[in-house]
Amino acid sequence: MSAFKPKHQRLVLVVLALVALVGAGLLAAYALRNQASYFYLPEQMLENPPAPGQAVRLGGMVEQGSLQTAADGVTLTFAVTGKDDARVPVRFSGIAPDLFVEGSGVVAEGRLGPDGTFIADNLLAKHDENYVPRELQEMTEHQAAKMAEETTVGLE
Amino acid sequence: MIAELGLAALWLAAALAATQMVAGFLAVRDNGTSELAKLIRPAAITQGVLVAFSFAMLVWLFAITDLSVKLVVSNSHSMKPLIFKLSGTWGNHEGSMLLWVMVMGFAGALIALVERRLPERTMNATLAAQGVVSLGFYAFLLLSSNPFERLPTPAAEGMGLNPLLQDIGLAFHPPTLYLGYVGLSVAFSFAVGALLTRQVTPEFARAMRPWVLGAWVWLTVGITAGSYWAYYELGWGGWWFWDPVENASLMPWLAATALLHSASVLASRDALRTWTIMLGVVAFSMSMVGTFLVRSGILTSVHAFAVDPERGTFILVLLGIFIGGALLLFALRANTISEGERFRIASREGALVFNNVMLSAILAIVLLGTLYPLLTEAFDVRVSVGPPYFNPVGAIFAIPMLIVMGVGPLLRWRQDRLDRIGKEVALFGALVLAALILASVLADIGILPLLGLALGLGLAVASLLPLRRRKLSRTPLATWGMVVAHFGIAVALLGMSSESAFTQERLAALEEGGRTSVGPWSIELQGVEPIAGPNWTAMQARIAARYDGGKASVLTPQARNFWAPPQQTTESALLTRWNGQLYAVVGDRTPDGRWQLRLWWKPFVPLIWYGGLLVGLGGVLALIGRVITDIRNRRLAVRIAERRADREALA
Repeated sequence: MSAFKPKHQRLVLVVLALVALVGAGLLAAYALRNQASYFYLPEQMLENPPAPGQAVRLGGMVEQGSLQTAADGVTLTFAVTGKDDARVPVRFSGIAPDLFVEGSGVVAEGRLGPDGTFIADNLLAKHDENYVPRELQEMTEHQAAKMAEETTVGLE
Repeated sequence: MIAELGLAALWLAAALAATQMVAGFLAVRDNGTSELAKLIRPAAITQGVLVAFSFAMLVWLFAITDLSVKLVVSNSHSMKPLIFKLSGTWGNHEGSMLLWVMVMGFAGALIALVERRLPERTMNATLAAQGVVSLGFYAFLLLSSNPFERLPTPAAEGMGLNPLLQDIGLAFHPPTLYLGYVGLSVAFSFAVGALLTRQVTPEFARAMRPWVLGAWVWLTVGITAGSYWAYYELGWGGWWFWDPVENASLMPWLAATALLHSASVLASRDALRTWTIMLGVVAFSMSMVGTFLVRSGILTSVHAFAVDPERGTFILVLLGIFIGGALLLFALRANTISEGERFRIASREGALVFNNVMLSAILAIVLLGTLYPLLTEAFDVRVSVGPPYFNPVGAIFAIPMLIVMGVGPLLRWRQDRLDRIGKEVALFGALVLAALILASVLADIGILPLLGLALGLGLAVASLLPLRRRKLSRTPLATWGMVVAHFGIAVALLGMSSESAFTQERLAALEEGGRTSVGPWSIELQGVEPIAGPNWTAMQARIAARYDGGKASVLTPQARNFWAPPQQTTESALLTRWNGQLYAVVGDRTPDGRWQLRLWWKPFVPLIWYGGLLVGLGGVLALIGRVITDIRNRRLAVRIAERRADREALA
């Protein structure tokens, strides 16, 4: 590069750096569109299911009475419910988070299986007062509305 | 009274930061002729002492659990062990921000105290810039997050500390990380100072380099420790989750690594002037972006202590002023910095430029991946970005960088020919290729771990080559530092690749006395019994593990229940051998009375953290080397001056 004048060398360096950075940016934008894992509510997952095998997250309430432990002792099956009786069955192998119980909110990371069961690799539940998965913060209001509806039906 | 003393010291320190700023800028304008210029250094030093005093007062309040102070009540508990009372000082928003400004004040005081190599005018500008940044963060602390606020009536008992934070890691992780994070403010102030006075010279780079090195070493150690903490405390068996808070610490590290190398080029060869300044600004900007991400409550994590939009806005405004201001100054002044020396592509500079650009590209990728979920959330689309994005996209730039890293240190400055180091390049290439072929034939592993293993092996050898044909006892410490740090990168890379390629996992529900196996280990659950700690109770599993039928070792993972605040955590148990780690977690009891166990055999996983520590050690060696050389040069200069004076006296 010594054929260039100093000013030109700087220009060439700046151009090369810019090309690399813009390339990185474009690559990142492209990859983000494909690799970001989208968040689904149960009703969204039923209405407009993700491609099988695509990494997504599913958030909702663990249905009362749906939680079962398989014979191997480590596979859990349960259903996640959302608005309008939307219900997605979930299977998870592993140690569930401590505050994972029926009727509580959960975010499951994983993919939708071909049979419509959500295969979770990881479960995120409320850890404590201060650490709630972001998607669950709004869920509690939703839950409250649902609870109110359930407990007032037939009371008129 | 103690709280009031701490608060008063903090206000005084803020006032001194303002003095330092005003006096600094005036001194730059009138060339340091005014009396004010004499105030700058003492102001910076006193400010450091005052803020350290203020921080000590807060630690004291936590040590005695003063329940009339709001912060202590909401984050401590009288029954907590003393070490966690002390470390709990920075286990909350206000306390950790006070730690941040203390490190900032400390760094400012240190440069005012020891830095004598810069021209006085640049030094004044640097301290003025340091004053501006400090003042902003003092304002943040005093106006929106006062750590010394009293309660109208003292509480009966504190609310306790998040149990995840009740770990010895918390005692070290935030202070080390902050020393790195905020230490980079020195690089920022140096860059701004040099821009203001247009003094971007090799001397400037030589003065800045040890400070960047110091901050970088702390950052490296902090990240390594944080990763290990996440590994054993979260009980998920992973060591890096591409969590936004982890990225927040990785981004300044990437920028600082680039800065370190470009400062080397500027110091030795007087090239890359504007680029070095730019990186100085970017590195600390990344620290501030990280602080914003972590402390504003915009992310939910164990690091986000309080969700308070006011604080988030405050940091965002500060961020805008500092980064925007510095970039504006850069845009205005960059043209006036004359071009540096030229060099050929095949030269040490060429390799360093290449790696600088690659590091910056990785930085861009991590930054975009971290901010993307925040951007889409503005459009009400919730996404999370994880390993499927970061690993492959980062690797596209990391792999060329690692290849050049193997060869670059062998090249000569200014101009060189690749065929001169042909033998070494061939050795490196042959090693990588051989490992690539061997590993892909022998084991069925993914493409990224495969490349990682091969490159790690090649790099481990190539990083030692700069020592060849050198007399080891006469090799400068700085060169040793480079070799050790590069070797550390190779070691960490081997650990990471081995972990993702060869980890074996076993999930089982066992009754007491039941057996299972994972990898070469045979496992027996001997029993599960309740035990109690100072502020928790737990179910503790006793697991006997035999490697290849050898002697049994006992692991005791626990599921802990804390009562203040009520929360459960899993305490993993680790068994380290020379060739890897066995990792055990105990889970719930199944309805039929068995216990869930999750076991991992992770071959060579400790190499990740040994590698990180080696990188840090390399930094320390280089730092010591630079400081010794500097002291020697100074002594020499004094002696020469003395001789000259003698000669003149004789004449």
